[in-house]
Amino acid sequence: MKASARAMALLLAGSMALAACASDEPAAEGGGEGGGGAAAEELRVGLAYDTGGRGDRSFNDSAYTGAAAATDALGGELQELSPNDDASNRADLLVQLAEQGFNPVIAVGFNYDDVIAEVAPQFPDTTFAQVDGSNADGAKGDNVTGLIFAEEEGSFLAGVAAALKSESGRVGFVGGVESPLIEKFEAGYVAGAQAVNPQITVDRQYISPAGDFSGFNDPARGQIVAQGMFDGGADIVYHAAGGSGLGVFQAAAASGNRAIGVDSDQYLTVSDPALQAVIMTSMLKRVDNAVEGFINDYAEGNVEGATDVLNDLSTEGIDLATSGGFIDDIQSEIDQYKQQIIDGTVTVPTTIE
Amino acid sequence: MTGLARRVGLSLFGPLLAVLVALVISALVIALIGEDPIAAFRVMVDLGDSPSQQVQSIVVVLNRAVPLFLAGLAVAVAFRMGLFNIGVEGQYRLATVLAAAVGAAVVLPAPLHLLVIVVVAMVVGALWAGIVGVLKVTRGVSEVISSIMLNFIALGLASYLLTGPLRGSPPGASIITTSEIPGSGRVPSLNGLLTGLGLAEPRSGLYGFLLVAIVVGVVVAVLLKRTRFGFDLRATGLSPSAATASGVDARGMVVKTMLISGAIAGLIGLPDLLGSQYDYGTEFTAGLGFLGIAVALLGRSAPLGIALAALLFAFLDRAALPLQFADIPSSVVTIIQGTIVLAVVIANEVARRLALRSAERAGASAGPDSGVGDGGTPPPTSPDGGQRVRAGVPGDPQGAQA
Repeated sequence: MKASARAMALLLAGSMALAACASDEPAAEGGGEGGGGAAAEELRVGLAYDTGGRGDRSFNDSAYTGAAAATDALGGELQELSPNDDASNRADLLVQLAEQGFNPVIAVGFNYDDVIAEVAPQFPDTTFAQVDGSNADGAKGDNVTGLIFAEEEGSFLAGVAAALKSESGRVGFVGGVESPLIEKFEAGYVAGAQAVNPQITVDRQYISPAGDFSGFNDPARGQIVAQGMFDGGADIVYHAAGGSGLGVFQAAAASGNRAIGVDSDQYLTVSDPALQAVIMTSMLKRVDNAVEGFINDYAEGNVEGATDVLNDLSTEGIDLATSGGFIDDIQSEIDQYKQQIIDGTVTVPTTIE
Repeated sequence: MTGLARRVGLSLFGPLLAVLVALVISALVIALIGEDPIAAFRVMVDLGDSPSQQVQSIVVVLNRAVPLFLAGLAVAVAFRMGLFNIGVEGQYRLATVLAAAVGAAVVLPAPLHLLVIVVVAMVVGALWAGIVGVLKVTRGVSEVISSIMLNFIALGLASYLLTGPLRGSPPGASIITTSEIPGSGRVPSLNGLLTGLGLAEPRSGLYGFLLVAIVVGVVVAVLLKRTRFGFDLRATGLSPSAATASGVDARGMVVKTMLISGAIAGLIGLPDLLGSQYDYGTEFTAGLGFLGIAVALLGRSAPLGIALAALLFAFLDRAALPLQFADIPSSVVTIIQGTIVLAVVIANEVARRLALRSAERAGASAGPDSGVGDGGTPPPTSPDGGQRVRAGVPGDPQGAQA
């Protein structure tokens, strides 16, 4: 009796220790060398990922797509580095890339905020960029450019689509990790839904609390949270939860409801047709375009540093996907709101009250 | 004398076999994905070209090893008693956020300031782990269950404290942190020592907390091996009934052990907090408590073994970067770490059976006194007593005796 309990405990701990070691990063073939003609000044791009690394099917992969497209077109080398499992070596990634002469060096994710401010000044001759991190005030150094996104604008349109399509008058939002970044998604979504239907109820829930990044990569909990919303009467749920979004789609498919994807056009990226059928639309955050654009700017010598490049609806860095044709009938209304946001007649909040 | 050599050999046998098996499996995996295993291993042991890069690599490994070592120690102290403290994760997170907040709030001269932060962290960790001990002795709640559950509460509580009352970062910031600890509360780096030894100046500072970790390691080793308390602890771990029969207060031991384990757990976050971060934020390193379980298993719950295990894990961790520069997926490191943990559990079991068999054989020839003495005899000179091979695997004490 007692012996079996101990054995269970051992098994449990063993699996937990293993889980602590594990990462879902597939054994993807590493940095694809562009191999273009070795010019006098070859482009050598360094790309440092955040937690999850390559193969997260989310913003890390999106950044890679953009960087690879740029280095393929311009010729040159792309070196990517994923952090260790708890991402405690972010500073090391940037230092190693800069030390080995990669330029520009692009950091992916707001978690690089402190680290890049520390490392960039040590390498004044290297050009840095940070996806999801602002450097408008130049606090991170004169050689850092922020690649930021107006996620609230796209989320607003997602809210508009959800409210127009909802039959129950109740929609949901699943956030991955409680953080200022994800709250931007939430704020925009709620504002968009209420712009269409002031009486609408928006259920909002985060998978993990601030500081616990498991919520971006936990489909099982994503499914439980979304299922709870569907059970409570919501019929459309928008997720900003990275890899956990898969669970949201599964919950929607299981209960015959619909979901809205995030970051990439998830109608195209999920492989399961049953899940495809429930993805009404996706809020597009084109990290790939932003990274590609930045590398092109760098190659042309157009990077100033100590500025932000804002990607929003007007630059098409943020958009709403139409794949699947589920929102074709409300496209004109969505376009109206889109135009109003671009014109500035509608201002979208970035924080929840 | 041969008996001693045999015991030491047996205690080293498990971990070494585990590492070897892990390397073979990893080599196979590397070969399967079309890379050269020898080249991969060569990349992993290459510390860099210039002296300053090499020193920097060593500093990176040491800085990573310090928290891992403390995490392993925290887990191991409970292991030795047969207690499974899976709550180390929650204990250190809660301890770190509170220590960071207190450190930023008080104004004191340098050594005192530091002492206050360390004491706060240890007390918080101890109290949080103490809940587990009290629940176990008063209500009979399995420490495995309660410590896992308390992890969730601790993480939620730490998150609430960080985003609520202890928030020190400006409202718009993406990373939420506590206020920064002023200079008097920070641990200076040991770079002066490195350059004093004639080594090149590394880019980042070697954590001064390394010295604290060494002291903690020595204290734990002495406590376990050289004190009445340590004897009681190990005896209870080997056989609770035998220990109780010989007058050990098993219930009190459970609570005391959890308090010590938790106090050490409270230190885990401090090397990073006081050596480089100076505040606790949403991006603060998580998961060290779980890694500590792996490190303690690999180190066979002995301080010296844990130090080696922590260094190995830290070394593997660093190797992930050069591997990526060599276009070899860094998952190789993950595979090695995972297989080591798996292999060490198996190897410990094999070593335990071998030790048991040799003890039985010795007992059979020496006479019928092997019943209790077998487990309780503390071999004074071996780094990790041969009979305690099962200490790393809190399986079933009764089974070991049967």
